[in-house]
Amino acid sequence: MDSTEIGLWGVPLAMLGGAIRVSTPFIFVSLGEAITERSGRINLGLEGTLVFGAMTAYAVAVMTGSPWLGLLAAAAAGLCFGLFHGWICKFRGVNDIAIGIALMLFGSGLAFFFGKPFIQPSAPDLPAIPLGGWSDIPQVQAALNVNVLFLIGAALAVFLWWAFRNTRAGLILRVVGDSSDAARAMGLNPNTVRLLATGIGGALAGIGGAYLSLYYPGSWTEGISSGQGLMAVALVIFARWNPLGCFAAALLFGGAGALGPALQSVGVTQGYYLFYAAPYIFTLVIMIATSSPSRSLAGAPGELSITK
Amino acid sequence: MTERFMLSRRDLLKTSAAGAALGLASASFPISRAFAAAATVGFIYVGPKDDYGYNQAHAEGAATLKAIEGISVVEEENVPETVDVQKTMESMINLDGASLIFPTSFGYFDPHMLAMCAKFPDVQFRHCGGMWNKDKHPMNAGSYFGYIGMGQYLNGVAAGHATKTKKLGFVAAKPIPQVLLNINSFLLGARSVDPAITCQVIFTGEWSLAVKEAEATNALVDQGADVITCHVDSPKVVVETAAGRGAFICGYHANQSPLAPEKYLTGAEWNWAKVYKMFVDDLMGGKPLPNFTRGGLADGFVKMSPLGPAVSEAARTQFDGTLAEMMKGGFSVIKGPLKNNKGDVVATEGQTFVEAAIELESMDYLVEGVVGSTA
Repeated sequence: MDSTEIGLWGVPLAMLGGAIRVSTPFIFVSLGEAITERSGRINLGLEGTLVFGAMTAYAVAVMTGSPWLGLLAAAAAGLCFGLFHGWICKFRGVNDIAIGIALMLFGSGLAFFFGKPFIQPSAPDLPAIPLGGWSDIPQVQAALNVNVLFLIGAALAVFLWWAFRNTRAGLILRVVGDSSDAARAMGLNPNTVRLLATGIGGALAGIGGAYLSLYYPGSWTEGISSGQGLMAVALVIFARWNPLGCFAAALLFGGAGALGPALQSVGVTQGYYLFYAAPYIFTLVIMIATSSPSRSLAGAPGELSITK
Repeated sequence: MTERFMLSRRDLLKTSAAGAALGLASASFPISRAFAAAATVGFIYVGPKDDYGYNQAHAEGAATLKAIEGISVVEEENVPETVDVQKTMESMINLDGASLIFPTSFGYFDPHMLAMCAKFPDVQFRHCGGMWNKDKHPMNAGSYFGYIGMGQYLNGVAAGHATKTKKLGFVAAKPIPQVLLNINSFLLGARSVDPAITCQVIFTGEWSLAVKEAEATNALVDQGADVITCHVDSPKVVVETAAGRGAFICGYHANQSPLAPEKYLTGAEWNWAKVYKMFVDDLMGGKPLPNFTRGGLADGFVKMSPLGPAVSEAARTQFDGTLAEMMKGGFSVIKGPLKNNKGDVVATEGQTFVEAAIELESMDYLVEGVVGSTA
């Protein structure tokens, strides 16, 4: 233990540390949802996928002793949920939002059911990379203990941003999302593309869940997500379907969420409920500032049921 | 002191309960079920019953009843504090034949449990908390609770010896009287070791918010707190996060030492087994159940986790001495002269509040030395 006094520096440090610690599930779920929505479909069920992923990862890690196998299992489970959503939505007259809500409840319920025996045992954690070695202040070292998944998420955001513009797969995804008719005229099957996009989105959400239960906060409890999956879906719209925007929004959200506890820890104790609302107030302010009554949302895929 | 207080209460209630039973009988309600040799007891939990916390403490108490001849136990977990709990109670009564129900969560009482009390006058309901009032509420309802603040005082004694930074951390859910009393007791326990110790409190605003609890624990450790305790429904996340950062831990609700065997000092635990056994014995014996039940360490309602390996010899001696003092009865955690952290006097010289003092149930302050605010 240390006794280094960092005083008010604790606030920006906690926001930085919080951004890194808390944002990872948001990054993965929002990137997954960005892929899905770019293909013209909304999967609101990612909250359920996140919770189920968290449970699967924890359970498999407990049983095999390997967090990496847990991560893999969570991704596979998420993939199944995504493919299921994608498969049902290909039928005529099926509403993707309604199916998403059903799958959200189903995923959480199933996770609670199978997760019962795993609340008590402890699972091995995913490793973190200590990037704070250059500093001899223990608080800085702790804040810069970065989990590999965060780095993967950051790299993935850049890759997707690039791939959406510059790869064949990215262009196919976008043409399907912007116009089914154009895609069909090009000989593409929109349903297949959307099935795959929803599947990949689910797998990424499953990985986000694995981060929750295997790294931070690092245990399986039924309240582990408390709505993070839903917020992440909202972040995609906030980020205008841009992967880099998703990453930035997730960081902002994580950092703002750390504000409340950090302010209390340095003695700013009045009005903490207000500080806890900070992430939502930020989101609202930016939404209002960037929206316009005279044009539709920039970057919105044309086939998305909420923008059609 | 406590004992005397409780007995007089119970005697009073016995007479009134007898009156109520007479009233029921004359109104020709079937009361036979409560006197049957075999009985079904229902338990309702707001969260999972193995959460290393509040619900686990109740479930462990319920589990001990299963061994009693003639008693069957029905349980339901994850029941929200909504009309759902009414449905759960109805099905426990109608389908399982429960004659005694323990809705264990605070928010179950009003209006849900009260509605069921009116609907099923021959079924007994006992709620965990301090809500029952004989002037306002029916006689087949009641409440039970334990004075766990003493346990947090003992946690504070262990923490006071373990801390090197002289700074403790408390992750709290909401600023309600029970939570405030725990925070104050924790600090006062530590100050009985060294009056220079302070305690930083962070309120998360909810009973169960895993990520926020982890953030709060990290923020406390970042500010130099080296012993952490909490008052949230499931301390698992706080315990694991604090231990991961190298801080010592004092537990709450249930024994969390398996989560961090090296860092766990001790913990304030509920001992509901004792309370539930008491109710069931009365039920089986055909005696009216008490409506207002309270008790602390001396009554066996509350117990301490075994001291961990990090507890020093000096700490052990003071801990055992304080515990022995408490077991004698009449021990006061809140005693004058004492100021709150805004500088106002809350107890004058010579003024003492024993654990059963009714003033403590409306506590709205944090004592001097606690860094935090109630709003």
